[in-house]
Amino acid sequence: MTAAVSARGVRKRYGDFEALRGVDLEIEPGEVFALLGPNGAGKTTFVEILEGFRARSGGEATVLGVDPERGDLVWRSRLGIVLQSAGFFEQLTPDEVVSHFATFYPNPLDPRRVVDMVGLADKRSSRCKDLSGGQKRRVDLAMGIVGDPELVFLDEPTTGLDPQGRRQLWDVVREFARLGKTIVLTTHYLDEAEQLADRVGVIINGQLVEVGTPREIGGRERALARVTFALTGNLAGRPLPETGAETVSKNGRVTITTATPTAVVTALARWAEANGEPELPALAVSRPSLEDIYLAMVEAADGQADHKGSDA
Amino acid sequence: MTALPASPAEFRPNAPGRLIRLSFERTRIEIKTFFRAPDQVFFTFLLPVLFVVIFSTIFSGEIEGPPGAKKVEFSQYFVPGMIASGIVSATFASLAMTIAVEQHDGLLRRLSGTPLPRSAYFAGKVGLALFTAFVIVVLILAIGVVFYGVSLPTDPKKWGVFAAVFFLGVSACSLLGIAYTRLIRSSSSAAAIVQPPYLVLQFISGVFLQYSQVPPFLKVVAAIFPLKWMVQGLRYVFLPDWVAVDDYGGEWQVERVLLVLGIWLAVSFVLARVFFRWNRGYSG
Repeated sequence: MTAAVSARGVRKRYGDFEALRGVDLEIEPGEVFALLGPNGAGKTTFVEILEGFRARSGGEATVLGVDPERGDLVWRSRLGIVLQSAGFFEQLTPDEVVSHFATFYPNPLDPRRVVDMVGLADKRSSRCKDLSGGQKRRVDLAMGIVGDPELVFLDEPTTGLDPQGRRQLWDVVREFARLGKTIVLTTHYLDEAEQLADRVGVIINGQLVEVGTPREIGGRERALARVTFALTGNLAGRPLPETGAETVSKNGRVTITTATPTAVVTALARWAEANGEPELPALAVSRPSLEDIYLAMVEAADGQADHKGSDA
Repeated sequence: MTALPASPAEFRPNAPGRLIRLSFERTRIEIKTFFRAPDQVFFTFLLPVLFVVIFSTIFSGEIEGPPGAKKVEFSQYFVPGMIASGIVSATFASLAMTIAVEQHDGLLRRLSGTPLPRSAYFAGKVGLALFTAFVIVVLILAIGVVFYGVSLPTDPKKWGVFAAVFFLGVSACSLLGIAYTRLIRSSSSAAAIVQPPYLVLQFISGVFLQYSQVPPFLKVVAAIFPLKWMVQGLRYVFLPDWVAVDDYGGEWQVERVLLVLGIWLAVSFVLARVFFRWNRGYSG
C-alpha cells in the first residue's frame, strides 16, 4: 500500500526566506495526522503544497500517489479540503451550498445528511451571512467532506468554535477516521491533536523537528515525572527524606523530579506516617503535558535559531 | 442516489454531459446568488435605465437625413448604443469586478480545491451575464418604446442579427472580463481598473455621440475592440440605411460585424483560459 502522503526534502523559498527547509514525511492511509507549529513556522505552506495550491521550490511530494503540482480533476475528486477563512457563499443557505458542492463530485454523500453530521440541522435554511463564525466553520467542513474524499485536509478546523462545537467537530473527524479516511489537520490546540491524532508532527522554522504519537512525542513517555506535595500540618519544618532525586522546596511546597515516581511516593508516605501525617497534603504526580513538551521544543528551536543568527 | 459508484478511473471530469450539467448548475447558483443581493440587482439595472431616460430627455430632437428620407429621433438613434453599453456593463465590467472580489476573498480558491472544471465556472459567469444583459435589453427597449417613441424592427432578419450580436457580444465581453481580472491586484482597486477602458471605449465607439463625430484616428482604435462593432450591428437593427452612409461610410457591413465579434469570441476564450487564475496567492 502506498503512502497517502509522501514528502521528501520538500523546500519552499520566497526570495531569500526559506519557509520550508527540507521536510520529510510519510502519512499512511487511514491515519489521522496533526501538524503543530507556531505561526509562521511553515505549517500552512507545507499543507498548501500538498493541496496543490502552491508550488514547491525543491524536493518530491505525492498525495494519493499523485504529484500535487500535476494533480488533475480526478485527483481533486479524491481530496477534501477544509480551508481556513476562505470566501463564503453569503447569500446561500448551508443546504444550498453543500448540495451545490456535491454536484462537483462523482460519488458525493447525501448533502442533507452531511449538514446534519456537522450539526447544522436547525440552520440548514438560514443564509450563510446570518451564521456565526463557528457555524460557518461547520459549513466549511461540510463543503470539504461532501465529496466523500479519501483524504481530508483540515486547516485549523475548530478555531472560533465553542467547546461544545469543538467536540461535535471532533466526532465528525473521528467518524471519518473510522471509515478509513486519511486526515491531515493543522491545529494550534494541543488537546485537539491529542484527542484526534494517531501521530503528531511539529514544524518549527521550516523543519519537521519531531514526529510521533501524542504519547511519546518529544520523549514524553520517558520524561521525568513530577511529585509535588505541601509541607503543612505535622510536616511543616521537618527535614525531607533522602530520595536520591532532584528536590526543590519552595513556599512550603515540595517538587521532586524523578524517573521512579512510585518509589518516591512510597518513601514519602512512610516518612509522612512516621511524622504523624497519614496523608501527604496536596499530593500530585504528573507527567509533562503535550503542551509542556511542545513549548519546550519551540523554545529549544528558538534558542538554536538565535544562536545561528549570532554566528552569521 | 441510486447511481453505482464509479471508480476514480471511470470518472471523466471533462465529459461533455458533465460539463453541460455543471454549466447549468453554476449558472443557476450564480443567478440565485445575484438576486439575493437586492442592492446589487438594483444598481445593475438602474444605470442603463438612467442612461436611456437622461439621454432621451436631454437630446429630444431629430437627426436630419438626406432629402426625402425619414428623420430619425435622437432616442431611436441612441437606443442601440445604450443596449451595447448595457451589455458591456453587465458582462465585462460586472464580471471583472465580481470575479476580482471572489479571487481575493478566497472563494475561487475554494472552488479550485474541488473537481469543478474551469470551463464550467466560466460558463456559469457567462450564463449569469446572458441573463442580466437580457433583462437590461428588455428594460431599455420597454422604456424606449413606452416613453420615448422608439420603434422596434419589423424585419425578421434584423431580429436575427439582434440576437446574434447579443449572443456574440455577451459571450465575448464576459470572457474578456474574466481574462481582465489578471490585471486587478486587489479587490478594492477593481472599479478603478475596470471602468476607464470601458468609459473611453464608450466615447470612441459612438455610444454617447454620433459615430461620424469621432475623430478618424480614434475610430481606428475603436475598431480594434468589440464595442464599436456591437454598436454598429445594433444600429443596423434599429436605424434606416441612410444613417450608415453618415456614420459608417456607406453600409452597415453586418457580415463583417458578425465576423469580427465571432473572432473576438474565440480570442477572448483563449485569453480567459490563459490569463485567468483561480488563486491570486498561487506563486507558480
